[in-house]
Amino acid sequence: MASEFNSRAFYSKLKEDKTLVGVKCQDCGHLSPEPRPMCPECHGFNMEWHAFSGKAKLSTFTCISIVPVKMAAKGYGRDKPYCTGIVALEEGPRISAMINGVDGTNPQSIKTGMDMVLDADDLDEDSPALAFRPA
Amino acid sequence: MATINKKRQLGRQVSIVGAGLSQFGAFPEKDSRDLFVEAFQDMVQNMDRGFDIEDIECAYVGNYSSDLFEHQGHTAPILADWLGITPIPVTRIENACASSGSALREGVMAIASGMYDVVLVGGMEKMTNLPTDGVTDVLASAADGLYEVPAGLTFPGIFGAIAKAHMDKYETNLDHLLKVAIKNHSNGALNPKAQFQETVTQMMERRISRAQERGQEVPDYKTDMDFLNDPKANPWIAWPLRLYDCAPITDGATCVLLVSEEIAYNFTDVPISIAGIGQASGKPLHDSDELTSLSAAKAASQQAYDMAGITVADIDLAEVHDCFTIAEIVATEDLGFFSPGEGPRAVDEGRTARDGDHPINTSGGLKAKGHPVGASGVGQVIEIYKQLRGEAGERQVKKTDPTVGVTHNVGGTGGTCVVNVLRRES
Repeated sequence: MASEFNSRAFYSKLKEDKTLVGVKCQDCGHLSPEPRPMCPECHGFNMEWHAFSGKAKLSTFTCISIVPVKMAAKGYGRDKPYCTGIVALEEGPRISAMINGVDGTNPQSIKTGMDMVLDADDLDEDSPALAFRPA
Repeated sequence: MATINKKRQLGRQVSIVGAGLSQFGAFPEKDSRDLFVEAFQDMVQNMDRGFDIEDIECAYVGNYSSDLFEHQGHTAPILADWLGITPIPVTRIENACASSGSALREGVMAIASGMYDVVLVGGMEKMTNLPTDGVTDVLASAADGLYEVPAGLTFPGIFGAIAKAHMDKYETNLDHLLKVAIKNHSNGALNPKAQFQETVTQMMERRISRAQERGQEVPDYKTDMDFLNDPKANPWIAWPLRLYDCAPITDGATCVLLVSEEIAYNFTDVPISIAGIGQASGKPLHDSDELTSLSAAKAASQQAYDMAGITVADIDLAEVHDCFTIAEIVATEDLGFFSPGEGPRAVDEGRTARDGDHPINTSGGLKAKGHPVGASGVGQVIEIYKQLRGEAGERQVKKTDPTVGVTHNVGGTGGTCVVNVLRRES
């Protein structure tokens, strides 16, 4: 049976429900922000959808000046670096995310440990990205 | 994790009896197959007692992405044809920047299994066909394309995030990172195959004299650090990493000849044995236990040390995967040379220099020697092979009689790590 727990569902829920929806293992309770059909902890196949609160703390980050082709098309580059990093979700797991609402030209102003919230307001239609901004 | 810690042994011992590498750099006129033949020729010409190419029974070649760099898939049979060794089996191995580390491992196991006695392993990458943003995209495809890349993470970006985490957790600062680059360029300046054969001081002086020649404003650099802190000379790539924190984009190829221990002395009086091999896989950085360490590197090194029956105290030198300066610092901690957080101070104190107690990257590392990604793992093995045989010329380590060397080859951002222990037996 084909699994419904995949990246297409992740990004469509992010776009339509404005919610970070991952999975929870019904056998051992392991949480994964990335939908997956199999539990990496107990190796069970009984996953269910799990909506995360969208509250997080900034674990680490980087401000990128040499940008991929797709980000260059959005106007980012040497003169306009963007911030991306890893957030620790309130529920425990960490996930990689764009960091919006901060000054990529001034990394010293961005503080790890600060409170973040899911930012699903302005998602790219074709290639939606998970993003957080300071709470 | 239960089974990975089981102590493993090879079915029989395997030795390296020949090594060759192409020039590393940017070569618009060459394709990857040409680079590989150049490496092979270098090996053939440097064999102690020569050998018959027809004796090669099997080959493995590491190659990350000729598909995207050169629009060429299925590269292994092309190499077999170019070396004139068809119809022997040749297999391409892809594990991102650890591709040739993994290819070497396959070659070792092919001999240890008893199936073959003479196996060629190597790697190649032709990267400079693409502009920098194209290379950035290709390298990023070694990260998770569904959950890391869409978040805007690049390959330097993920190591930038590791550097920031290391700076938060320990007393690591930007100068520590740059000192790794200064050290590795000082080693690369002594390596005739390196992409950059200049010290940072020489590069600084070249920039000053170029400004003078062109009648431009002459920069007022007093030290290497002045030069490296000039954003025009050393621009940001992925804060806190700058240009001089990053390994370059490189064309190059490498190969070594592996043989069973029984016949090693037919080829040379000084074979280098592969005393321990380890390889492990790891999760994406965000799902790793620590943001300041690569779990796969710890697991792979433990396997390799256990197989070789050594401890860190037995290791004379190492080539580690310095795709970024922070990666070298983290590697020296993951390999157990220094405790977590002590890596930066070890750099400060010169302990990782050629005359230090833990010489790291005497070849210049990926930073200065260059990083043709699929070729780098075997490139590291070649440097240890030369050092243990006393053939590293001006960059030979100061320690007398080095006998044990380690290589540490990382794929992507820690998804793969291959660690080898090499030992001179005579």
